[in-house]
Amino acid sequence: MLPGPSRSVMAAKPQKPQANPGTEHREKRGPDAPPPIKDSQFARQAPANLDRVSLPDVKVDVEELTRLYRQMQLIRRVEEEAARAYAQGKIGGFLHLYIGQESVGVGAAAALRPGDYVVGTYRDHGLAIAKGMSARAVMAELFGKVTGCSKGLGGSMHLFDAPNGMLGGYGIVGGHIPLAVGCAFASKYRGDGRVTLCFFGEGSVTIGSFHEALSLAALWRLPIVFVCENNEYAMGTPLARTLSVEDVSQKALAYGMPRDRFFARDVLEVKQRLGEAIERARETSEPTLVEVRTYRFRGHSMSDPGKYRTSDEIEAQKKLDPMLRARAQLELLGKTAEQLSALDAEIEEEVQDAVRFAAESEEPGPELLEPMTYVGPFAR
Amino acid sequence: MREISYRVALREAIAEEMERDDRVMIMGEEVGRYQGAYKVTEGLFDRFGERRVVDTPIAENGFAGIGVGAAMVGLRPIVEFMTWNFSAVAFDQILSNAAKVRQMSGGQFSCPIVFRGPNGSARQVGSQHSQSMDIFYAHVPGLKVLAPAFPRDAKGLLKAAIRDDNPICFLESETLYNLKGEVPDPSEGDLLVDIGKARVVREGADVTIVAWSRISVVAMQAAALLEKEGISAEVVDLRSLRPLDHETVLASVAKTHRAVVAHEGWPYGGVGAEVVDRIQRHAFDELDAPVLRVSGADVPMPYNAKLEQWCLPQPETIAAACKKVLYVD
Ligand SMILES: Cc1ncc(C[n+]2csc(CCOP(=O)(O)OP(=O)(O)O)c2C)c(N)n1
Ligand SMILES: [Mg+2]
Repeated sequence: MLPGPSRSVMAAKPQKPQANPGTEHREKRGPDAPPPIKDSQFARQAPANLDRVSLPDVKVDVEELTRLYRQMQLIRRVEEEAARAYAQGKIGGFLHLYIGQESVGVGAAAALRPGDYVVGTYRDHGLAIAKGMSARAVMAELFGKVTGCSKGLGGSMHLFDAPNGMLGGYGIVGGHIPLAVGCAFASKYRGDGRVTLCFFGEGSVTIGSFHEALSLAALWRLPIVFVCENNEYAMGTPLARTLSVEDVSQKALAYGMPRDRFFARDVLEVKQRLGEAIERARETSEPTLVEVRTYRFRGHSMSDPGKYRTSDEIEAQKKLDPMLRARAQLELLGKTAEQLSALDAEIEEEVQDAVRFAAESEEPGPELLEPMTYVGPFAR
Repeated sequence: MREISYRVALREAIAEEMERDDRVMIMGEEVGRYQGAYKVTEGLFDRFGERRVVDTPIAENGFAGIGVGAAMVGLRPIVEFMTWNFSAVAFDQILSNAAKVRQMSGGQFSCPIVFRGPNGSARQVGSQHSQSMDIFYAHVPGLKVLAPAFPRDAKGLLKAAIRDDNPICFLESETLYNLKGEVPDPSEGDLLVDIGKARVVREGADVTIVAWSRISVVAMQAAALLEKEGISAEVVDLRSLRPLDHETVLASVAKTHRAVVAHEGWPYGGVGAEVVDRIQRHAFDELDAPVLRVSGADVPMPYNAKLEQWCLPQPETIAAACKKVLYVD
């Protein structure tokens, strides 16, 4: 469980993160326990100021915070509309919502430079939008239309946007992590100064390709940041039944890789903390594993009955919604209610426009299939 | 006779074999507390406990290999892949270990394991989640590959697979799980279906349709369409891809003299190609027309709903192929 919520905007109650239920025993250290592993110089404990709800230490630029809030809100509204369209049968297959986790993708993308790469999982709508994809291109893809980012051929799990450096959402858990390392390899090879950000869930940390990817990235000192979005569940499996340790970032230790670990409550803090890792990758070509603790408010996908967690747990988490926090911060910084609702209205218009666009667009035809399979003549 | 779904038939098979033999256990992602991603294992965790119904993290190569090792030393594991797509991650364990250990050890070890889960397309789940893995496994000596289409066969074959001493890939289909069919009550005794026997699921005189798994159901629909046009199609459901019962196929072709092989996977070198080869080698003189295949389109599966259906064999496309081998319009 994450620490309990702080309710007032001004309250600043430092709390320590607690272990996941069922993992406490693993944290105890008896006299016979082996000495703790010495961390790499960059490793950090989760900060004590996790629940600080006033403004973060970083210098706050109102315009920037407004932009990030807008992105988060856009992602959420796009997904809420997508969920509705799914219920109406306009979207099919799997639909994995990012609702609750928006601060991670948005904070991360804000720390990148144009030209940097991101690679993600099937839970990819937020990352795509944060990296610059239009709501229209996302929604049309979900509707399976030819105007979608992947021409309606990829669907929700496979959002790609080459001009914006979004190298896709992938459906095989962990399968994209080596691929992301490959992007970083190419950057180092060419000396192009780009950094790659690779996103994956905590459930992916048990798959072999995660370990091979980290091992090689560390060995070859590649400019990549591994962003583990620890939302506590892999489908219905809580972290305690995925890993034998509670601290996912520990996986970096054996690879001699710097690590960081923090809660994604504050989008600016996400930006700042990932920014440090990104700069390290850019300046010294050193990879970092960052565990960002977050929470998804919805089921794993649309078909998940979600019986593995209580509504109390979800409600408690919703009180910590990074979106509410960003909005409260904007108020604190002097944004008026009118200004904020004008912003919301603008977002609403963008979302409704995307839905209309998706609904009215054409579907792809079979003539697309062969040219989209091979470059050049079809290999029969 | 009572009717149950394909899903329940599988569940009964697993439960009965676990009841019968303590060496049988099941592991996989979400098989226990979550009651199965597709609810095949619903209730088993409560009934058999966590010793025998083991939830695994996402580590297909790991737990498939763990299953192989446990099988070598006396357990009879059932390893569930949430879908067969993810078995690609575990391919090395199945290909290099499960299939080889008997021969490598000069017969000292065998590998009585069942790998199972849904195979092929579901509905709009995109290219990485819609793959038919049939041929990848049927290609491998040392493995047996089963792909039943109907609840009774699903139950009888799964029970037989669990009792078999060889590694078995058991291919189900998400779109078959709700299909209902007659399955004898357990009180009538153990339902076992012989591995390696095809079944004529519809008798006919004019043309033979060979299919398996979900496409056998589509082939039945094609036969119904053809019947309206006065064409009598016989449908042979292979049930088992390796061993492949070509005798039953050949007997049908000897009767109809024309054949269409229909399957969901890609056309290039698939199980369908193997069936066609056996027909032309063993029954060349019986044929009145070249054997045709109706397969999934030779491209990765697109997400768009209409394109997906365009890529998959339909009753109409199978019926059209039958008319082609009959040289009618
Ligand atoms: C290799 C593989 N095994 C299983 C699955 C099915 N599956 C899809 S998502 C998922 C859970 C992943 O959890 P996590 O990595 O924590 O990411 P989250 O969904 O929480 O974002 C599973 C088991 C898959 N897609 N790929
Ligand atoms: Mg997770």
